Amino acid sequence: MAGTKQVIVRVKRQAGPKESARWEEFALKWRPSMNVIICLRDIAENPVTRDGKKTTPISYDSNCLEEICGSCAMLINGKARMACSALVDKLEQPIRIEPMSKFPLVRDLTVDRQFMFESLKRVKAWIPIDGTYNLGEGPRVSPEVQEKGYPLSNCISCGSCLEVCPQVNDKNQFVGAAIISQVRLFNMHPTGALNKSERLAALMGPGGIQECANAQNCVHACPKNIPLTESIAEVNREVWKQALLGWLIG
Amino acid sequence: MATIRVAEAGVPVDLFSIVPVKRSHSVCAQGGINAAKNQKGEGDTVDKHFDDTIYGGDFLANQPLVKRMCEAAPGIIDLLDRMGVMFNRTPEGLLDYRRFGGTLYHRTAFAGATTGQQLLYALDEQVRRHEAEGKVKKFEGATFLSAVTDEGGVCRGICAMDLRTMEVKTFAGDAVIFATGGNGAIFGRSTNSVVCTGSAQAALFQQGVDYANGEFIQVHPTAIPGEDKLRLMSESARGEGGRVWVPRNPAEKRAPRSIPEAERFYFLEEWYPKYGNLVPRDIATRAIHRIVYQEKLGIDGQPAVFLDVTHIPRETLDRKLEGILEIYEKFLGVDPRVEPMKVFPAMHYTMGGIWVNGEDQATNVPGIYAAGECEYQYHGANRLGANSLVSCIFGGGLAGPAAVKYAKNLEKGAESAPSAVFDGERKRQEGKNQKLIGQDGSENPITIWRELGDVMTEHVTVTRINKNLEMADAKIRTLQERYKKINLSDRTKWSNQTLNFARELENMIVLARVITLGALARNESRGAHYKPDFPERDDANWLKTTRAKWVNNDIQLTYEPVDISLIKPRPRRYDAAK
Repeated sequence: MAGTKQVIVRVKRQAGPKESARWEEFALKWRPSMNVIICLRDIAENPVTRDGKKTTPISYDSNCLEEICGSCAMLINGKARMACSALVDKLEQPIRIEPMSKFPLVRDLTVDRQFMFESLKRVKAWIPIDGTYNLGEGPRVSPEVQEKGYPLSNCISCGSCLEVCPQVNDKNQFVGAAIISQVRLFNMHPTGALNKSERLAALMGPGGIQECANAQNCVHACPKNIPLTESIAEVNREVWKQALLGWLIG
Repeated sequence: MATIRVAEAGVPVDLFSIVPVKRSHSVCAQGGINAAKNQKGEGDTVDKHFDDTIYGGDFLANQPLVKRMCEAAPGIIDLLDRMGVMFNRTPEGLLDYRRFGGTLYHRTAFAGATTGQQLLYALDEQVRRHEAEGKVKKFEGATFLSAVTDEGGVCRGICAMDLRTMEVKTFAGDAVIFATGGNGAIFGRSTNSVVCTGSAQAALFQQGVDYANGEFIQVHPTAIPGEDKLRLMSESARGEGGRVWVPRNPAEKRAPRSIPEAERFYFLEEWYPKYGNLVPRDIATRAIHRIVYQEKLGIDGQPAVFLDVTHIPRETLDRKLEGILEIYEKFLGVDPRVEPMKVFPAMHYTMGGIWVNGEDQATNVPGIYAAGECEYQYHGANRLGANSLVSCIFGGGLAGPAAVKYAKNLEKGAESAPSAVFDGERKRQEGKNQKLIGQDGSENPITIWRELGDVMTEHVTVTRINKNLEMADAKIRTLQERYKKINLSDRTKWSNQTLNFARELENMIVLARVITLGALARNESRGAHYKPDFPERDDANWLKTTRAKWVNNDIQLTYEPVDISLIKPRPRRYDAAK
């Protein structure tokens, strides 16, 4: 490939959860507006390392490629971000690509983020409608509430906020900022507010909101710019109010 | 929606999805969802929505079910509203509506420019609720390989592969509903997500499920070119006032913003004064191709035109279009609020799909139902913007109860089917995997896929010429031969994405032929299907549905009449009001 511009990529490989990890380096042909997904596809089409060794295509999750499905979160040059919007020209080389570290590894860059979906169940992240039969319009919602709620509802469950949170670790099952922000969203909705107290209660106890140590990494890592720290502060107040009230009445 | 309806009926559901449901392709739907609620006092009605849809689809859709969909649409919006979708609101707290292509009314409810994401989330949340209550069991990270059918040709369940363990298993089910989406991957690059391969549809087709109107492929006029994906730039950009133009002078060197109005060619507005930038997608796409390839007016001689929203107040853009403008900014590093966007048409949607009856989404194989983009029922020869979200929710809402009713009326349930039926299917699928993993070949699946995409995009999208279609089919058949010699370069049995892709690719090739042969046969121009050698719609010979069948391991095209009992076909034109 003499004479053509190259992209050097280093990928952390691991064949399975119990296998040991190793790094592989690849030299790819540069093209304009290349992103990390294109790099991974190039490798799949020609799975040969920089030093000429045959290897296997890299296992990774991806789907929409426009940063709205949340699939392709990984560590790129040490930063938790979506691979599809990670443009090669804006990255320092060699580009280091690793799986997120806070979720169980499946293979290579693929991790298991089921924990996030289980947490959504734990906090009842839904509106409790009576049924799908015709019951007329929903409650009126002011544009102000909509403008607050819509950004929160943009959460793509990518897991970046958990990845960067020091409170998410082997010893701690902290639900993380994304879930707390979802509680705020559903409690904000007129119908959702009907089981507000259940959601707040779900955030008490082990892994609950009190685990947050206010590092504020989450809000900087969020690819959708969700005001996560604002959500945590607001939900925290509500949780305390409810706890205190329960203690007073109790 | 189908899952929710079945769970509501108290019937257990096993839900299979390649990706976690929340990551499905519907998140990419941007602009909105149609319903004639007439909330702007314009005199919009269900009948007008129905007429716009049929007319927009160039009279190829069977009409009665489309009418029912338009009637149901306002109730669907209400339901989504009750589910908590953060739709944009008017100062009174009511839902806001915007204009979309192919209509003159504000009929499209929206949540910013990420409406599909918001709707999918609302439905996913309801499913999660049923899951938490034990009514739904999810199998995420599993892919469909084939239907399990008994000797009588009745579907008794499915055969699926776990994408982590690569284990192949069968699952009994009294009825199976498919909501497997589009097939953009057949065209290599499209606006579709990675999982939109059409593989499930193609697998079913090869098991005797008919496939209808495959040749009708929607090419969206405005997408951002990219090597991995052609990212959609929603019609809502034009719905909110965005304008499409090119410099009148092909040698124009000035920055777009400094080109005076008089030297800009707003070709859609000029050619289609009544609908302007909001002509239906097939019309806008052909106009852009004409500008670029015939008039040679593409920006800097490249295949691109401007989509300009810079004249719209920033506050409006951020409130109504932020999601899509961010995509442009993130992937191209240019702020579309300041610089006009450069866009070009891209494969976007398949109007064709699994054949279903005109009643309740049942296919021709007992026990198999289909809803959403994977079936063919609602959009005729061209889909109107913001009709896809309504059609998939309506179709799912029909399919769920229909499947329940079918299951309850079965004399013998799936569990009574002989175990040999299940074992046989599992062994057949395991055998395919073993062969693929074991074989030593010279072909790379991604290379074959790229070539398939190139030939399909070049010859089977906007402009179709018979001799090119014949060439394309010949090429696809060569790819089919080369496929037999593929080498997986990954023979492991854990999270082997190459194996899964190879399985999908085999099916994509079959579906590519269905699309190409359907296009080759249809000697007319209708909606998205355009043949310069046959430029007119030909109702006398072609007002009929293509119904492809799998006969003796090959594709056979048959035709059936279109139900036009409600609106008499009339010429379709958008240069004047209908």
